Amino acid sequence: MKLQLRYFASIRETLGLEQESIELPVEVRTVDDLRAHLRLRGGIWDEVLGEGMVLRCALNHQMVNSSTELVDGAEVAFFPPVTGG
Amino acid sequence: MVPKSLFSHRLRAAKMAIRIQQVDFDLTTEITNLRNGDLQVGAITSFVGTVRDMNEGSTVNAMTLEHYPGMTEKALEDIVDQAKARWDIRDALVIHRIGPLMPADQIVLVAVTSAHRGESFLACEFIMDYLKTAAPFWKKEDTPEGGRWVDARVTDDAAATRWNQKKPVS
Repeated sequence: MKLQLRYFASIRETLGLEQESIELPVEVRTVDDLRAHLRLRGGIWDEVLGEGMVLRCALNHQMVNSSTELVDGAEVAFFPPVTGG
Repeated sequence: MVPKSLFSHRLRAAKMAIRIQQVDFDLTTEITNLRNGDLQVGAITSFVGTVRDMNEGSTVNAMTLEHYPGMTEKALEDIVDQAKARWDIRDALVIHRIGPLMPADQIVLVAVTSAHRGESFLACEFIMDYLKTAAPFWKKEDTPEGGRWVDARVTDDAAATRWNQKKPVS
């Protein structure tokens, strides 16, 4: 499965990355799997996406939860809880 | 006799506009455009959010608003659609500014028109509460101690979820 990943706000800033394309192994099926997969990169990735961090995730511009199944070709975004208004 | 042109004017479809912009907005102009000569409008509720010069005990010199282009518009449209489904409103407008802002600057405008005040009051507050928790905007404050991302408030989540317990007004 291929995804376009995007990062926003404090996550984007800490990772020093706005977006990337990624090819995933077949066992990565849900948002939670993806998060765990990215954490395997270690260092700052393991910190920013760690268990203690409150994150939100959007799949194709829709807010989703950690058990949501990923879709091939989707745009997946990770960001902190929103603070607009 | 009511002229025919007045009728067609009145029955014009509501726009339910969403705007994300760097530039400031003028409340009076926006409300006039929102009313758009709709003679069924008997109530207009508007909310304007502004930048404060103090937050969490620190002076705020400036602020930058980031958002997720594409998702932001969708999220706001969805929120306005929900309000429209819940209350009998004539039209709604949401303007949210992005980029650098200074204390006292306007950040957000939510305006709703309806026949009677009850609907516009409720729909305006509903849209604002959901915007706070579901629209992908993030504030970064420039303080004397350096830049810091604003933390989400638990009270904002509570404000949004309380609408789930409220019965829709019919």
